[in-house]
Order: sequence, then C-alpha cells, then structure tokens
Amino acid sequence: MIQLYNVSKIYDNGVKALNDVSLHIRKGEFIFLVGPSGAGKSSLTKLICREELPSRGQVVINGRSLARMKNREVPYLRRKIGMVFQDFRLIANKTVFENVAFALEITGASNKDIKRAVPPVLRMVGLEKKARMIPAQLSGGEQQRTCVARAIVNNPVLILADEPTGNLDPETSWDLMKLFLDINRRGTTIIMATHAWDIVDAMKKRVVALGDGIITRDEESGAYGYES
Amino acid sequence: MNLNVLKYYFREAGTSMLRNSWLSVASIGTIIISLLILGSSILLVLNVGYIASTVESSLEITVFLEDGVEQDRMERMEEEIRFIPGVTAISFVSRDQALDELRRSFGERADILSGLDEDNPLPNAFRVKTREAEMVPAAAQQLGELSGVEQVRYGQGVVEKLLALTHWVRIWGSITMGVLGFAAIFLIATTIRMSVFARRREIGIMKMLGATNFFVRMPFMLEGMTLGLTGGLVAALIINFGYLSLLSKVMITLPFIQLISDPALIYQVLGGLLGLGFAIGALGSAISLHRFLRV
Repeated sequence: MIQLYNVSKIYDNGVKALNDVSLHIRKGEFIFLVGPSGAGKSSLTKLICREELPSRGQVVINGRSLARMKNREVPYLRRKIGMVFQDFRLIANKTVFENVAFALEITGASNKDIKRAVPPVLRMVGLEKKARMIPAQLSGGEQQRTCVARAIVNNPVLILADEPTGNLDPETSWDLMKLFLDINRRGTTIIMATHAWDIVDAMKKRVVALGDGIITRDEESGAYGYES
Repeated sequence: MNLNVLKYYFREAGTSMLRNSWLSVASIGTIIISLLILGSSILLVLNVGYIASTVESSLEITVFLEDGVEQDRMERMEEEIRFIPGVTAISFVSRDQALDELRRSFGERADILSGLDEDNPLPNAFRVKTREAEMVPAAAQQLGELSGVEQVRYGQGVVEKLLALTHWVRIWGSITMGVLGFAAIFLIATTIRMSVFARRREIGIMKMLGATNFFVRMPFMLEGMTLGLTGGLVAALIINFGYLSLLSKVMITLPFIQLISDPALIYQVLGGLLGLGFAIGALGSAISLHRFLRV
C-alpha cells in the first residue's frame, strides 16, 4: 500500500534527514518506527502525509506518486490518513464531540451524517459520557483518545501516530495500544513512531529502526533493540 | 456546499471579527471615510456639471436696452446685430417675459416677486449667440457701441470657473480617495492577518485533517468582505441622507439653484460605493491570505 523507493530528504538548511531509504508497507500492517531523536522518524511520517516532498526518490501510496500529486489533491489524501500526535492537537474551545465532528465538518459533511458518525466512534474510544466536555477538563489519556476518535471518524486506510504515548503514563499508554490494536484488526494500517521500548517489545509487531537517516533494521515481530 | 458549511464560514468569520474588534472598527471606519470623500466628490462634480449646463451658456451674450427705446428702433437694432461678425442667433426678450422667467426660477417662492407686475424693473433685452466662445468679447464690444444699449453682459467666465473647480475637485478627490483607499485595503489586510495569526494552530489542525485551501480561506475572505460591505453600507447611508437633506435645504433657501434629484442617478452612486467597499474588503483579505496563508 505504501512504497518508498530510494527516498532521500535534505532540508533547505542542509540537514540530511533521510538517505536512500526504501520501504514497503502492506495493507493492514502494524509498524513501529524506532530510533533515536533525529534519526528521521518524523521526516518519514511527514513524507507519507505529504507535508514534505522527497528531495530524491519516490513515495507511492495506493499506486499514486505523491511527487506528481497536485496540491489541490493533497487534502483528499489527508482525509484517508488519520493522524495522532504526542501533543494531541485538539481545539481548546470545542467539546470532545465538536473536535471529532470537525474532521467531518471540513469535508463538507451534513449535520445528519455528523450526528450519525460521531457517537459510535466516541463509544469505541470510551468517551461517550464525556462528549460535552472541552479538552481542558479531560485527562491526558482522554485527550489522546479524543484525538484517536478524530483520526478514525473519516474511516482512514492509515493511522500515522507520532509518539502518541509520549505524554501518557504507562497504564494509559497500554489502554491506547489496545485501542490501536482494535483499529488495526478492522483492517486499518498503523504506523507508529515511538520511543516506548516496553510497548514495542511486548506487541511483537514489525519494527523498522532508523539511524542517521538510513534503515538499520527491519524485522517482523521485532523488539525495540538496545543499540540506541 | 451545504448549509452546515455555510453556517461554519459565517460563524468563524463572526468570531474573528469580535476577537479583533478594535481593528475591525478601525478598518470599517477608514472605508467609511474614504467612501464618503469619494461619494461627495462624485456628487459635487456631477452637480457642478449639471448647474453649468443649466446656467446661461458661455456662448450667449445678453444685451440690455435703455428704457423708452421705440419699437421701430428695436427692429432696426435687430438688423444691425445680425451684421456683427460671428453672430448666429438673436432673440428678443421683453421685460414681461424676463419677469416670467425670473418668477419660474424661484418656483414655490415666487411670491417674493409679487408687486413687481405694476412696476417691472427689468429692461427689454436681446439674447445673442455667437458661433464660437472666442468671438464673444469682440461681439460684446460692438454690441455695446450701438445706440439704445444700456449694458452688455456675457458669462464672464462663470461657467469656466465652475468647470475649473470641478477639475480640481476631481484631482484632489481622486488623490485623497486613492490614499485612503490604500489605507483601507492595508487595514483590512492587517485585520485578516491578525485573524490568521490568532488561528494559526487551528489552521494547522484543519490542514492535517484534510481541509481544502478554499475551506481554510473562506472564513477569512468572508470576514474581509463583511468589513468592506459594512463600511460601504454605512457610507452609502450617510451620503444618501446627507444629500437628501441638502436637496431639501437648497430647494427652500436657494430655489434658483437646480441640483440633481434624479433617484436613479443617486442610487447608482450609492450602489457604486457599496460595491467599492465590498471590493476593498475582498482585495484586502485576498492580499493578506496570499502573503500569510500559503496553504
């Protein structure tokens, strides 16, 4: 579903983030991206959602080259990718329901569609009772689950998570991982960049390790590794 | 586009305007002032042109006759005037006709002139037209030398002075309007820039969720357009009521001055102001979005 062919990324300030990386990701996979800070994990996720374009090489999603994609097509690509962040990125003055509904609102969905689609998603992440609260009234775990609900409400084919457990305590982190597994079982591909070695080791999923802009290790049901 | 999205655009634009209320008021104010200047300049120029066309034409000379000139002398004078070079038309205005005309120009307040019927102070006169304006002074001099003529009068530049005035009104009106219009566009652009700045985090989230550029920009465009339209509307209303009250005052105190009172023309001017306010708002926000919101 996602292919990277000899991808390099050099930023305008001269920083070489990725160097000749090739990677194939199949539909329905659950992949951990690991490696030290500055290894290129974030650059890789930014290339996949076309926040950045590769300096060399090709990124192909569902048979489409992102470099050839026109700017006005990018929003429709992003609607197929649900993004989850360490800092949640919720809108502070909107309720949980409104934050999740916002992902539908920007696609021009009708009120009827929104009222039909949001409650099941909130139930799935266990927030149906907190739908009317604003993010400041929620715990970190609840905020992250709101973010996940917003990421999946559009039925994405891919979840891109950038250190989603970075601000969560261990127990809450595990709740989130159970939620991700649940989503993954329904067929959604998940790519998760993380430093949480205990989670990576316990989940036994595919692990892609990055170091200095190259892939140092790519193992099915791998472990975090201790070289970093 | 469904109702939900429209509601979203308007709600966001409204929230933004309230958040930057002082800047919104300043930009609306600037638009109002520049459009007021434009509107009054246009009405002034139009009216001066209108008055100039109704005042006696610059090609016309009025020859007032002495009292007591005999009828056959007047007929001979008419023949003599025809032979003066450049004269193309001549008409006789009797003192009674002159009084009638004066009375008509006073309209409803013609009662001022009652009592003049028994003792009409106005003289008999000839109205003489020349082929070109340059011939007027020479012809006027020859007319003055005829016997039985008391006084010769012609436009003496009144019309030219009026037109020169409109010339300056046009130039200075355009310059002031240009400067203020520029300031208005700049202020709108600043307002929109502040709105974009206040919502940059939300814009980032919208882009991440897959909002189109159109969707991200629309509330800001709408904000600028609303500010422009509000300014245009207020300016148009002020001009409308100001001009109407001017019209009624002039009609009472200076009845012999004819101002433009054709509603179609006035509404055209007002509509123009409204449209221009809208355009200023749209242009200002477009400039700002182009520079500060490269989505």
